[in-house]
Amino acid sequence: MTAASEGRKFTMTTLKQLTAAAGFVLAALCISPVLAAGDTHEAKDVDFSFEGPFGNFDRGELQRGFQVFIEVCGQCHSMNYLNYRNLAEEGGPEFPEDQVKAIAAEFMVMDGPDAEGEMFERPAKPSDFFVAPFPNVEAARASNGGAYPPDLSLLAKARAGYHGTWNQFINGAGGAEFIYSVLTGYEEEAPDDGEDHGALAYNPYFPGSWIAMPQPLFEDMVEYADGTTASVEQMSRDVSAFLMWAAEPKLEARKRIGFQVIIYLIVLSGLLYFVKRKIWANVDH
Amino acid sequence: MAGHSNFETNNPLIKWVETRLPIFGLMQSQAMDFPTPKNLNYWWTFGGILTFCLAVQIVVGIVLAMHYTPHVDMAFGSVEHIMRNVNYGWMLRYIHATGGSMFFIAVYIHMFRGMYYGSYKEPRELLWILGVVILLVMMATAFLGYVLPWGQMSFWGAKVITSLFSAVPLVGEDLVVWLWGGFSVDNPTLNRFYSLHYLLPFVLVGVVFLHIWALHVTGNNNPTGISVKSEQDTISFHPYYTMKDAFAMALFVLVFAFFVFYKPNYLGHPINYQEADPLVTPEHIVPEWYFLPFYAILRSIPHKLLGVIAMFASIFVLVILPWLDTSRVRSARYRPIFKQFFWLLVIDCVILGFVGANPPEGTWLLVGQIGTAYYFLHFLVIIPLLGLIETPKPRPTSISQAVLDANKGKGGGADAVPSAQAAE
Ligand code: HEC
Ligand code: HEM
Repeated sequence: MTAASEGRKFTMTTLKQLTAAAGFVLAALCISPVLAAGDTHEAKDVDFSFEGPFGNFDRGELQRGFQVFIEVCGQCHSMNYLNYRNLAEEGGPEFPEDQVKAIAAEFMVMDGPDAEGEMFERPAKPSDFFVAPFPNVEAARASNGGAYPPDLSLLAKARAGYHGTWNQFINGAGGAEFIYSVLTGYEEEAPDDGEDHGALAYNPYFPGSWIAMPQPLFEDMVEYADGTTASVEQMSRDVSAFLMWAAEPKLEARKRIGFQVIIYLIVLSGLLYFVKRKIWANVDH
Repeated sequence: MAGHSNFETNNPLIKWVETRLPIFGLMQSQAMDFPTPKNLNYWWTFGGILTFCLAVQIVVGIVLAMHYTPHVDMAFGSVEHIMRNVNYGWMLRYIHATGGSMFFIAVYIHMFRGMYYGSYKEPRELLWILGVVILLVMMATAFLGYVLPWGQMSFWGAKVITSLFSAVPLVGEDLVVWLWGGFSVDNPTLNRFYSLHYLLPFVLVGVVFLHIWALHVTGNNNPTGISVKSEQDTISFHPYYTMKDAFAMALFVLVFAFFVFYKPNYLGHPINYQEADPLVTPEHIVPEWYFLPFYAILRSIPHKLLGVIAMFASIFVLVILPWLDTSRVRSARYRPIFKQFFWLLVIDCVILGFVGANPPEGTWLLVGQIGTAYYFLHFLVIIPLLGLIETPKPRPTSISQAVLDANKGKGGGADAVPSAQAAE
């Protein structure tokens, strides 16, 4: 008996130590980034109005962001999943209807065939998709030194500025922060790694640190309708917020409905708890 | 089936149906009066939660299917159409995508519950095996579903996983071409994946039915692991467990809703918001989180075929678990050493999950190999040996006795009972 229980005691203490060690490894794993980010910088932290459970978009910011997009980024990048009408919809920049009509009308789209069987060009309507700057990927590449400027409709959700299981849970994936960081992250002084990067620009916030997009934003590049000073930081921030909206146009409705659902479920759970307790009160269990 | 029907009614129509198809009596005896151990804890609520998850996925999936287009040129766009233009489409899609994850959280808890309380042991072996079949069909369904939005991870995940079949000796390459319906993952692949993703949940309904049928033959296990001895040990399913399950389900839905409305993309991969491009390989190809431990086992073995075998073996070992376990005692409550090994296994699986998310190099590879070895060691060596060397704690004579002891003073409990080695 003694030998057996000794042996068991030994196994149990060893096991406890093992468990503790495993727990420690686990904790270490939790804080380590899940995907190694290489030499790319973690995105800069930006305080956006749409963060947190109650955060909504800032209309003025979205409108300014749209202006930056249409005047600068839209020269190279497409925005395939947005319609012009989206600009007037609730939860977005909420431009007045007639302004959206005017914005759309500045672009020409191919339509047809007409009664004679001919295709024709006409000004875009709010129901049309955003007109892309290039007719196809090849044309876009040809104008950008072989690099393809990716579609921006979903970029804010398709990129992560933050890494790590826990970090992303608390701070989100940081897609908008990633865009902001790339736009403001150009550095004149590139480290000399002995390689020839041709026409690529050095930007440590972009994976690989060398980007085919030349710095797109410079001071006072746009003249904001609301008089805001167009610094590089300001424009970058505005356009990043705009791209977040473009990627997640139902964000405000989602959080609003979510809040109602959560409150409803908390009340329901509470009631069910008391019903359950009442029913079980006379049972030994 | 256990429990006999004492269904009575004065309604002539119901009577007419009942004499021809005794469905009301069946419902009464199996869903209302069904005798259930009175000491089930909240870990037992996950069966109901899982049935709920399946129902949600099917209902929401059918609505998504009304707006989704299974074509390589349109699939990604049609999901964005759901997100942007379909009324509450964003909510449906986030429910369905998060629902897959919630389903797996529930099933893993449900299975670990079964392991902890020895629910797989005689006479519930077949019930347990049907559970493993459910897990396999769920995995297939979720894998196929993840391909449908046709993002980068959809495409490359499909490519990596289907390519595993090329490891099959002799016919491997042909098998993969047959699976793909071509020489790469392409439109035929997407179409058949969609067809199967629609089919399998209904297969699941069938297997779940068998699972519950088997449950209603043996009755529930319970936290003591001691078989029901008398009527005093049980209470009727309704209203006791219907209400307990309802409360637990409301809490589960609360967590579910938190993810749907506040962290809808946390459980997915950002890169899947970029349309599939067969020419651009993502930097890291990782499956959804619920596959990561299995993916880690697959990649910890540097030989393709052996890796695939190990991955499938890690699930198959669950099928034979009822016969690997040599202990007569079901519940970990009375198995002090097993209890600790149980938690080590849980930790091992979580570690394997983290390993699966990282490239199989350096330390990660090493940790993955140790984790994999330990996983099999647990089932193939530790479990069979423990039953032989471990001295179980004394067990109460019955469920009612255990309940009495537990209520008599939290300190005493089952340990205070003289060593009544109740036959389980
Ligand atoms: C002169 C054309 C041009 C303009 C103007 C331009 N871009 Fe780009 N952009 C590109 C190209 C080309 C790439 C691809 C870079 C690469 O792959 O190295 C790119 C890449 C990017 C990326 C990184 C994408 C990724 O894959 O992670 C972001 C973010 C981005 N652009 C945002 C913007 C924003 C916002 C604007 C407007 C302020 C803008 N761009 C204006 C050409 C342009
Ligand atoms: C066992 C039940 C099911 C599971 C676990 C499951 C899982 C999944 C997953 C993980 C996705 C990918 C989600 C994403 O990232 O977008 C998906 C997509 C999809 N599923 Fe299911 N599903 C189930 C049942 C069904 C059923 C019954 C249907 C239809 C009848 C269905 C229709 C669809 C459709 C149309 C999509 C593509 C749209 C989208 O990606 O959101 N699913 N499913």
